[in-house]
Order: sequence, then C-alpha cells, then structure tokens
Amino acid sequence: MSFLQLTGVTKYYGTTCAVSAMNLSVEKGEFVSLLGPSGCGKTTTLQMVAGFEAVSSGRIELDGQDITTAKANTRGLGIVFQTYALFPHMTVADNVSFGLEMRKMPKAERQERVAQALALVHLEVHAKKYPRELSGGQRQRVALARALVIEPPVLLLDEPLSNLDAKLREEMQFELRQIQRKVGTTTIMVTHDQSEAMSISDRVVVMEGGRATQIDHPHRVYEHPRTRFISTFVGKANLLEGRVVSVGSRTRVEIGPLAVDVDDAGFRPGAAVLLSVRPEKAQLVAAGSGRLQGVVGERFFLGSQWLYRVGTPVGDLMVLSPNDGRDALDEGQAAGIDWPDHCTRLLPADEATAEGVPA
Amino acid sequence: MNAHARKSTPWWLSAPALVLFTVLLLVPLGLTAVLSFNVYDPALGVKSGEFTLEHYIHLFTDSYYYGIFWRTFWISALVALICVLIGTPEAYVLSRMRNPWRSILLLVVLAPLLVSVVVRAFGWSMLLGPEGLVNGLLGVFGLGPVKILYTETAIVIALVHVMLPFMVIPVWTSLQKLDTGVENAALSLGATPFTTLRRIVLPQVMPGILSGSLIVFGLAASSFAIPGLLGGRRLKMVATVVYDEYLHELNWPLGAAVALVLLVANLAVMLSYNRLVEGRYKKSLG
Repeated sequence: MSFLQLTGVTKYYGTTCAVSAMNLSVEKGEFVSLLGPSGCGKTTTLQMVAGFEAVSSGRIELDGQDITTAKANTRGLGIVFQTYALFPHMTVADNVSFGLEMRKMPKAERQERVAQALALVHLEVHAKKYPRELSGGQRQRVALARALVIEPPVLLLDEPLSNLDAKLREEMQFELRQIQRKVGTTTIMVTHDQSEAMSISDRVVVMEGGRATQIDHPHRVYEHPRTRFISTFVGKANLLEGRVVSVGSRTRVEIGPLAVDVDDAGFRPGAAVLLSVRPEKAQLVAAGSGRLQGVVGERFFLGSQWLYRVGTPVGDLMVLSPNDGRDALDEGQAAGIDWPDHCTRLLPADEATAEGVPA
Repeated sequence: MNAHARKSTPWWLSAPALVLFTVLLLVPLGLTAVLSFNVYDPALGVKSGEFTLEHYIHLFTDSYYYGIFWRTFWISALVALICVLIGTPEAYVLSRMRNPWRSILLLVVLAPLLVSVVVRAFGWSMLLGPEGLVNGLLGVFGLGPVKILYTETAIVIALVHVMLPFMVIPVWTSLQKLDTGVENAALSLGATPFTTLRRIVLPQVMPGILSGSLIVFGLAASSFAIPGLLGGRRLKMVATVVYDEYLHELNWPLGAAVALVLLVANLAVMLSYNRLVEGRYKKSLG
C-alpha cells in the first residue's frame, strides 16, 4: 500500500468535469509533479488532496487512512501556495510559528523549531521582518519553512516557483529539491513548466483535460511520450505523418519518400502514425548524406546550441546542434539530416486511440 | 512645457477643488469662529465689532452643556461600536457571497443612503412610537408597551441604521485586498475556522474597521436630523442645541461657540483614537 493513494478521484463543477477518475499512488519520500497546461485539472487535484475542494467521487487515502472527507484543518498537510499566502500582519518568525502554535506546542520548543526551519531556508537574519519587507524569493522560502515546520506527512506545492524570475526560479528549483531530499517529505508539486517538473521530480504525472495521460519517470516521459500532446508539451518534437507498411521484428513506416524502421511495436499495417524525432536527436550532416536532404531556412542562436529550421521534402524539421566550436550553417545552405534508429518514437496519429499505446 | 509651468500644473489641476473647499468650508468656518466671539445682547442681537469670551465661559461652566456633550459622545461611541459589531460580519458575509446575491445585498446595505434622512427618521418614529409596529408586536406577546420613541434607544437604533453603510464599505474594501489563500493557509496549518477569522482575517481588516468607526463616530456626533426627530424636544444632542440657539434663542454667537467646541472635541477624540489604534497596524500592513 502506497503512502498517498488517489483512487478514481473525480471532480465536477456543475456538469463540467475538472478531474476525471484520477488514479495515483505516491510512495513515502517521493517527489511527484502534476504537469499540464492551465485548465488541465492539476490544481483542482491538489486542492482536493489539501481538502479545499470536495471530491465528487473517488477516494483519497493517506497512510492507510481515508481522508476523502476530512476537513482541511485536520489533515495536517503542508501547503505552499502560488501567491505564498503569508500572513502580512505577522513577522516571518510568527508566520512560521503559527502552525506549531495551533498544535499547542510549548513556547520554548516552538522557538527552537522555528529557528531550525528558518535555518533550513537560510532566513535566520530575517526572522523579525514582515513579509512585505522581503523579496519574492525570500517570501517563497518563508512559505516553504511555514509548511515544513509542522513536519507534515505530505508537502503540497502549488506552482511554487511561477512568481519568481527565471534566474531565481532555476536556483530555487535545485534548492527545493535539496531541501526535500534533506527532510524526506513526500511532495506533490503542481506546475505548468515542463523543465521544472522534469528537473526536480522522481515521477511526473502529465495531465490533459482532467485526465492523467502518463505517469512516469521524467526521463521516460521525455523519451517515451505516450501521446502526441505529451511529445510536444514535454520538450520539442518533430512530428512526421506516415503510414505503417509492414510489421515484423521491426515496424517499417513510410513518410512520403522516406522509409524508416523503428522498434516500437503494436501497430497494424496501414495504420496512420506520427514519427517523433526530438530536435537534439537529429544531426546535420554533409549535403548528399543522411536520411533526408534539406535547406536551412532559419537559424536561431541559443548560446549553447543552434536551432535550425530545415526545409525538407517531408516538411520543416527543427534540428538542435551543439555550439561546439564548429562553424554554424548559414541560412540557405543545403544539408543532410540524420538520426540514430533508436531515437525515434512512433505515435498513433489519431489521438483517440492513444489509450492503447504501450508505454 | 518648461520646468516652471510643469511645477504649477498640479496647482492648476487642483484649483477648482481648492476654490470650492475655501469658499464653502474655510470661509464659513472662519466666519463662525469670529461670530462665536461676538457680544450678544438679548434686546439688540449680535454686536459685530465687539468681542468677548463670555459664550465659552458660559459653555464651560454650565453643567447643562456637559450633560449634552457627554450624551452626544456616548451615543456616538455606542453607535460606532454597534456598527463595528454588525458591519464587520456583514461585510465579511457579503464578500463571501456570489453574484447576483452579492450585488443585490450590497444594494440593500447602501439603500439607507438613497432615502432622505428625514423620511427615514419619520419611518423609525412610526415603527417605534407607542402605537407603532414594534410595540404592537410586543403587545402580541403580552409585553409592553415600551417607551422607545424620544429616548436614547430610538436615536441609537436609527443612527446605526443610517451609519451602517459607512462601516460596511471600508471593511469590504479591506476584505477585497485580502489574499484568499491566506485563510486556506491558516486552515492547512491546523487553525479552526474561528481562529482563522480571529487571528488572520480580523487583524488584516483592522484598518477598514478603524476608518469605518471613525467615519461613523464623526457623523453620529454631528448628526442633527435623527436626534432632532427621534429624540424629541427634551432629549438634546449637541447639533440640536446648536440649532436651538440659532433659531429659537436667536443667540447666534452661543450657537457658534457650541458648534466650534463640538468640532474641536470631535477632532480630538478622532485623532487620539486614530493614533492609538493605527500605530499598532501601521508597521505590518503599511
């Protein structure tokens, strides 16, 4: 039995279904991210776990106990809100201390625990300040300390980094993960940022239209996306429309003039499919060699990489090349494109059949 | 535009308001102040050009006026207190409602402002009179009749009714500024809904409660129509005394002196209250 278990959790607002039959088991100490575009139901799911939204049907169990209908203030979960929701009329120390006070902890012990929590997020010197005197990153840390100090069984993070600027966000990502490892709290984070979800989670739940469409390790989600949506939402992908011509030990797919063999099985001959090629898996080779011939249409300099948009007979393809000291190709220059066989994925062209694809 | 012209722009922009303020407030106030020092002769009326402190000495030595000032301030303080007790929960409930109910009930709260104060006062006198609805209702239960009209109770009831919007609006405004996540945060930390209200919501709407109670106190202390109509001839408040001095006794200087003392006393009470309460919340809430 896993630590936190969601079984068939469903949420209706009137007749609209926000979350549909969500199943998820989270192990103790695990860091799981709910990833998806806005309106996919990820925040609603978190709110139901937190107890702020009633569950329409299904069950939520924590450590073997059914908490589906438990009141929010009896669940004892630590929550970091998107807006941080700090108490503006209390000092940083009082904010952190509030949860302990509610647990009727003696003052001396409380002060010690608050000091520890503030040390964990490097805010000892700001203990006497009010939230409005702090920067965004510092407020974020206060919110985290306030949620962690009560030693919750589960920590819920609602888009915790979305209000920070890019540089700070990256720093906080790693710090968040570090702190989570240190205290070992089971954590669920809601985010719309795929790189954030992938870099700090043990597992990622990709949500789409109220459903969890893939629950996997970040690397698998990236390398083996189950649907067309996931392959483009998580990272970039070139999707080439083709048709299966034969199945055997490998599946042969024809995309216009191009024929490729892939490892993915489970498709019938004649099925319409999409071949997914990640831009960084494709390489530009000398014109005349490789699988496809094309002409560089546009190029973008990204610092560590070049992004080329190459026009080919099967459509425009994105290719990422490392900026490794070699001369970059010019716009209008002819080039060949190649990729290793094992780096392509086959997806059903019709989204409706996505459910049946082996992961 | 040159630097000089740019500097004078704010002055030009505020000129209409300043002119209005000067002509309609500062000038009459100055004239009233001058009037309060004028000598009054019962036979000849106001003697402009002759000055005396007689009216102020009269005011500060006659216990009749002490009683009226004391009544005015305790009634105003009580009205402000009742408005805080009723208006704050009312604003909170309103802010939690969904449209269209919220708009409809907000309109109900504001409705007293849309009706003339005289009409409202007469309405209350009909309700509270010996043959009124309230006494009729008490009669059904075998109680009363109770004398409400022409007592302090009638004045307090009517003033609370009129002043409530001035309490609800500021509290409502500070509730709008409240991050809704804050209440959930308190709940998630194990606070009961009541503790959340007391420890988290209430301190944050204190500035609204403070300004609301100041407005209500100030308006109640200088109110005229309601004490005049519901307090009767004998139960006087300061504003009705001023009216009597001007129109019945024709002793304008004494009326002016009473009015100025009310103004100063009102200011003193409001400023000290403001300093007392605001100081506690300024640091954290800005």
